[in-house]
Order: sequence, then C-alpha cells, then structure tokens
Amino acid sequence: MKGLSKDRLWSIAVLTPSIILIAVFVYGFIARSVYVSMTDWGNDPAQALAEHPIIRWVGLANYGELFTGFLQGRFRQELVSTIFFTVLFIAGCLILGLGLALILDRNPKGEGLWRTIFLFPMSLSFIVTGTIWRWMLQPQGGVNMAPTLVGGQPSTFGWLSSTDAVLKFDWNKLPLLTASVVGIVLVVVAVRAAQGGDRRRTIVAAVCAAILLLWALFVGPNIKMLPAPEFHGFNLALIGIIIAAVWQMSGYTMALYLAGLRGIPEELREAAKVDGANDYGMYRHVIFPLLSPITLSAMIILGHISLKIFDLVYAMAGPDNINTSVPALNMYLTSFRQNQFSLGAAIGTVLLILVAFIIVPYLASQFRTEEGHA
Amino acid sequence: MYALLVIAALFFLVPIYLVFATAFKTPDAINLATSWHWPTALNWASFSDAWAKIGGNLGNSLFLAVTATILSALLGSVNGYALSKWKFRGANTLFALMLFGMFIPYQAVLIPLFQFIKALGLYGSIWGLILAHVVYGIPITTLIFRNFYADVPDALIEAATIDGAGFWSIYQKVIFPISIPGFVVVIIWQFTQVWNEFLFAATLTNTSSQPVTYALSQLSGGQAVSWNLPMAGAILAALPTLLVYILLGRYFVRGLLAGSVKG
Repeated sequence: MKGLSKDRLWSIAVLTPSIILIAVFVYGFIARSVYVSMTDWGNDPAQALAEHPIIRWVGLANYGELFTGFLQGRFRQELVSTIFFTVLFIAGCLILGLGLALILDRNPKGEGLWRTIFLFPMSLSFIVTGTIWRWMLQPQGGVNMAPTLVGGQPSTFGWLSSTDAVLKFDWNKLPLLTASVVGIVLVVVAVRAAQGGDRRRTIVAAVCAAILLLWALFVGPNIKMLPAPEFHGFNLALIGIIIAAVWQMSGYTMALYLAGLRGIPEELREAAKVDGANDYGMYRHVIFPLLSPITLSAMIILGHISLKIFDLVYAMAGPDNINTSVPALNMYLTSFRQNQFSLGAAIGTVLLILVAFIIVPYLASQFRTEEGHA
Repeated sequence: MYALLVIAALFFLVPIYLVFATAFKTPDAINLATSWHWPTALNWASFSDAWAKIGGNLGNSLFLAVTATILSALLGSVNGYALSKWKFRGANTLFALMLFGMFIPYQAVLIPLFQFIKALGLYGSIWGLILAHVVYGIPITTLIFRNFYADVPDALIEAATIDGAGFWSIYQKVIFPISIPGFVVVIIWQFTQVWNEFLFAATLTNTSSQPVTYALSQLSGGQAVSWNLPMAGAILAALPTLLVYILLGRYFVRGLLAGSVKG
C-alpha cells in the first residue's frame, strides 16, 4: 500500500484519540507522579488538602526517607515481603499449574469439567478471594480446624496474624548482599560463556563480577544506611496470602501450559517414541524445552501481578497489618488515608521501576523480531 | 492420575463449600469450631441482608462494567483494525508503547489520575471510574482485536480496496461482520476486569457510587462481623463473573491467553 492515501490517514485519525489518551494517562501521569515524588506535597498535613498548597521541590529526599528514614521501616519490610511473596507465588503457580496441565494433557475423562474447576477462581476478584480465604484462615477455625475432621488436633498456626519471621537480615547489609548475589550470578554467567566459547561475554561478565565482589569485600561491609541495625525477613503470616493467591492464579498458569502442550505437534512425540525415549525422557528432552518460553511468559505475567498485588492483602489481612503489608497497599494508604501525596508518589514510582525491570525487556523482545520485517 | 485430580479439585472447591456452608447458617450458628459442618437448616436471610447492604453497589458495578466494556470494546475494535490492516512505519513500536500501559502498576499514576478526575468534576461520580477503565482498557482491547484481525487474510482487504471500498466501508462490510468472536472475548475479559477492579473503585468514588468490590471489602473488614453476611456478599459479588465464565469459558480462556501478549 502506497504513501499517504486517504485510508492511511483514516487509520491514523482513528488511532489518534487512543494515542493521546495513553500519552496523557500513562506517560503524562507517570511523569507527573515522578515530579510529585520529588516535592514535599503532603509532608505537612496542613498543606496536603489546601486549596492552593505550597509545594516545594525536594529532589530525592522522599526516596531517601523511604530507604533510610527512621519512620519508613514499614516500607522496607514491605519491599522485602513483596520479593519473598513474588518468588513463592510464582513458584507455587508454576509447579501447580504445570502439574495440572501435564495431567490434563493425558486426556482424563471429563477433562472440560476438571479444567473448569481449576480455572474458576480466575474469574473472581481478589476481594472475593480474600474474603473467602480470610474466613478459611481464621485462627481457631477453617483450615486450622480441618485436622479435627479426621480426628486430629486443631492446628494453631496464625495464618494471617503470625508475627514470626524467618530469613531475617539487617537492612544495612542490603547493598552488600545485593552486590554479592549479583556478583556470584555474573561469575556463573562468565563461566558458562567461557564454556560456550563466547569471549566477549566472558570478559565483560568476569570484569563486572570482579568489581562487584571486590566492592562487596572491601567497601560493602562499612556501609551503614541506618543508624541502628534493622531486621527484615519473610513474615510467616504471608504464607496464607500466598496460598490464596496461588489458588486464584494457578489455573491461569495451567491454561498457559495446556495451550503450550496442545501446540506441540503429535509427530514430535511420535518421533521421540520411535527413537526409544521413555515417558520421562520425552518430557525431559522434548516437552520441557519446548515449554520454556511459556514458563518465561508466565513468570513475567505472574511477577508483575504479584508486585502490584494489594487488594488481596487488603481483603485478607486488613490494611493495618504491618506484617503482611506490601508497597502497593502502603502507597494507597499513604496517599489517600494520610494524604502524604509526595511520599505515596515515591512509593508508586519505586513500584513502577520494579515492574518496568520485568516488563520492558519482555515487551522489547516480543516486538523486536516483528519490527525487523515489518 | 485421577487421585491427583481429585486432590487438586478439593483444594479448589473446599473454599466454595465453606462459603456456602457459612452463608446458609444463622449468625448464632456460626462458630469457629463447627465451621466445617453443613447447616442444619438453610438460612436464606443472609442473602437478603447482604443484598440490602450491597445491592446498590451491585447496581453500580453493573452499570459501570457494562458501559465501560461497550466503550472499550468499540475503541479496541477500530484500533485493532487500524493497527493490523493499515500498518504504517513504527506501528509496532507505537503498539508496544501502548501495551506498556497494560502492565504499569496503577499506583504509579493514581495521584495524577485522582487530581485529573477531580479537576474534571467527575470525582465521586461513576463516570470518572468509567473514564479510567476505558482508558486503561485500551491496551488489552487493542491487543486482542489486533491479534484477532491478524488472522483475517490481507487478500480480503486488498480485494475490497480494488472494488473501491475505503477504510470505513471495509470495516463496516468486511471486518465488523466477522468480529463477533473477537467482541465476545473482549467483552467477557473487560467485563470481568472492570467488575473485579478495586484500586480505582476505592480511590475515585464515594459512598453513592462505590462498586461492589469496595462495598464487600467494607462488609468483611470490621472485627465483630457475623461471617454469614460477608460470605453471602462474596457469593453475590462473584456470581456475575462466575456465570460469564461458566457459560462462556472458552472465550474467557482466549482472553486470558491473549493477556500473555505474543505480539
């Protein structure tokens, strides 16, 4: 199709309203949020809701407050919680989802019914799921009473109310820990690149790893972000919320895997069988490698859902349970209950950066291949 | 294999059993120790009580979800058509930039959005919420329609162009009539999303216009609640999307899979 025909103009005209709306509501508002996060709007309660509030530029002070300020320990715990939550939630969904998909792929009787059962929580809202599971996980009822059905003792685990935490570490050690972990990962990358014969990658990874590890060895231990040690870890009360989240989203993972499994041509399986592969060998060498792009997609989708999750937490543990809180919930409370808009905007921006780390490479890779021959 | 299926199914269904068992109990029959027992007599009053409390919010949700869904489906359809059948340079980049809006945490735009809706005078009105849902629905609806129209052979469009049809007449006579499955997927997906949404509902509305998700969270939020009420409320709030899923599950799944992109 040639040049700027009338039809071509129409197609641009049709898209223009959406482009403007997205430009304003997504990119414009993000820019505005970042700006607000660098002001002191709402830090003085008297000014927060004033008709013409006096707003001063404070640069990165709000971020400094979040990561090192005395009052914002809650936010730091939430960051740690959200990382643990994300890892366990993704692991739970992938394992359960893959397991269910593998079973359903063997065409059991009533397959449609099973699928319906596993997928229905997906159509509920997190608020409904949260309400249901809040009842299930009552301290002296629901799940804790389940053992009595078979004559056992009721369990006393505080699903949503536990204040115990495991894997605690001092927030001051965070730069050190991060540098060490990234350094070790880079060493692994370097070793693998060396084995694969990719010299440039080996050198780049090795140099970066060396810098990081040297930093971790000599500079890291002396860094103090807070005046006193502050311990954060994985709060056990989150387990209940993770279970509810897996209940809701593992059906989705199953649907992704099932679509992937059904997309594997029958000839491939036949060929593997002819080559003498047993069931295990076929899954290990034929099916799982073909499913790995789906695993990556699922991890990215689930990861971004998990970083944003807050309605489930709100409905299950309430907004004020510090042990189960997450940054997305804190942002809502800080901005709309305490009217500390600039601090809320800063939390929102941190969340956006976390999500962008996952999503931007994903979108770029999805579209790079296409744009090439467009 | 079947044993595993049954165990898994129990994990998914037991919560539902408990919800119904609790919703049908009278408040004084609800006792943590006997929470697993099926009630001796069915008490329907929980549902009428819950209806009295959140019926209005259900109405709000219905109006909100239907209006927002129709608007975003129409917008998505023409967008998808323009992007898949009248490709221009940079169309894919533009689309990727658009899609990013689907993944952002809405917390990152919430404060300006709130200010904007307020400045428009729409704060507390359901129309502000509709606006937000339509705008943030653009990425996913465009994506679903774009992928749907990608399967429509270009030859069909070219033939129509040779016959002298233009942008709109092709849309009317060729594209729109075959779009029904696409519309079904988008409508189901958007309806479910809008119905289930909570963050915008909690920030942009006030008591008179709050959708059911917010009302339900208030219903179960208090400490001394009798649990039959929130359980009945949860059933009422879940029913519309659940019905949609059970009746039109195939299309629901298709929307689900479209959400995992595949450019």
